[in-house]
Amino acid sequence: MNALTLWFHKTGSPPTAYRLAGRIMPWCYGLGLVLGLVALYGGLVLAPRDYQQGDAYRIIFIHVPCAWMSLFAYFFMAANAFIALVWRIKLSEVLAMAAAPIGAAFTFITLVTGSIWGKPMWGTWWTWDARLTSELVLLFLYLGVIGLHAAIEDRRQAARAAGFLALIGIVNIPIVHFSVNWWNTLHQGSTVRLMGPSKIDASMIWPLLLMALATHVWFFGSVLARTRIGLLELDGGKDWVRAIALDDDKEAHA
Amino acid sequence: MNDFLAMGGYGAYVWSAYAVFFVVLALEALAPRTTRRRVLADLRGRLKRRDARNEASA
Amino acid sequence: MRSGSTTAACAALVRRDLTLVWRRRGDAANPILFALIVVALFPLALGPEPEQLRRIAAGVVFVAILLAGLLALDTLFRSDYEDGSLEQLVLSPHPLSLLLACKIAVHWFTTALPLIIVSPLLGELLHLAEPLRGLLPLALLLATPLLSLLGAVCVALTVGMHRSGMLLALLVLPLYVPVLIFGAGACNAAQAGLPFAAPLLWLGAALVLALVLAPLACAAALRISLS
Repeated sequence: MNALTLWFHKTGSPPTAYRLAGRIMPWCYGLGLVLGLVALYGGLVLAPRDYQQGDAYRIIFIHVPCAWMSLFAYFFMAANAFIALVWRIKLSEVLAMAAAPIGAAFTFITLVTGSIWGKPMWGTWWTWDARLTSELVLLFLYLGVIGLHAAIEDRRQAARAAGFLALIGIVNIPIVHFSVNWWNTLHQGSTVRLMGPSKIDASMIWPLLLMALATHVWFFGSVLARTRIGLLELDGGKDWVRAIALDDDKEAHA
Repeated sequence: MNDFLAMGGYGAYVWSAYAVFFVVLALEALAPRTTRRRVLADLRGRLKRRDARNEASA
Repeated sequence: MRSGSTTAACAALVRRDLTLVWRRRGDAANPILFALIVVALFPLALGPEPEQLRRIAAGVVFVAILLAGLLALDTLFRSDYEDGSLEQLVLSPHPLSLLLACKIAVHWFTTALPLIIVSPLLGELLHLAEPLRGLLPLALLLATPLLSLLGAVCVALTVGMHRSGMLLALLVLPLYVPVLIFGAGACNAAQAGLPFAAPLLWLGAALVLALVLAPLACAAALRISLS
């Protein structure tokens, strides 16, 4: 077995993954926090006032990164679910289920901050256009995955069933988005482009992109934290988990 | 400073949005700690019961 | 047909399911009664003014039938799960997806088709507009099999759970949303005098896709749930 395969198998094993996640996790949280604070300073203090929306536009620096994260988390979850269903890799099962509550949190923040932004700008807390409706459906998909995962006793079967649901749901996201497009959309079109010039000023785009990076890093920190717990649940009967449980007890009573 | 807080009249909206952002993410980051404690406590209970059963049948 | 062949198996399954439904034919009225009650609630809540009811008629009938179908979805696998025949079905040498397709078809025939037949009456209760009298059943004819197929996949994931009602609704709702948007959207467009063929064609395309893929997904989901 060559070195790469060996590394791959070792990392996939629960105790190794647990240790590795434990080492990387605090760095992710720390880096995410630092990048986020710098981005917020750029967005709240340095960036100039928007000529159309005044200072209210500053919600963009949290609303848009969270929207991007809500979609990224779903793809992360679905990709791991696919790997888990096809190759039955335990670690992927745990990673997929760990991403669900984090994705749901980001989706919730997106909807609420969007609603708060919409009130002064559009005059309404809510509207049923394509973007908002499909984001709401995304929240329901996340809640469904979380609910199904919680409802099944056997952890591995639960992860497989919920992962299967996540995969079915991924097809649904573009469908809902396009189907609601029959109605006029109040939400603005894309401003940030991957290739070519973006329609937003440089002083506003760097805090936005930095915050997007910060939320990605934070997401990974959270996924690793939840994965550690998922691994403990999965391997409950094994010696390595028992050692951790007893250590934890000793620490608590020390 | 006051201008900063007022956000050109939109202060209530901007700051409540940022509050939601921080609070939800903080809750999301702290939740695993409670779950971890619960999972380990449950596990210890199960191990104790299993050891007691093994003793009794030994 | 030869006695051990897949065709014979499907025919036997269809005959068995129809017989079982016939033995409890009183229960077949439940979805209809539920839809009737839901439709009746709207004039009670909004007031009996015909113009106001006419504007929401098609959408309300669609939602009522969707909800009635959702409640009926539980009966698809429940009794077979409880007496062990579902496991036998999964273990049989015949393609599970084909057998499930037959089950879903019988289920649709016995729960959704009566609802479609009753839909003009439901529409009349809400003063449904004249041009929609034929369109509403047609849209339902395209939408309800889709709802049954998508619903079957979700029921397969929750089979055997005791109180899966709310969870099932949560799972199935995101998948039902586009079907509702297109189906009711076609009716509302027709009512406004706008072209309505496109949403119906989209529904048709989705139905064809679901006819092929949903039984396969349902079989995979069932294998996961029963593993």
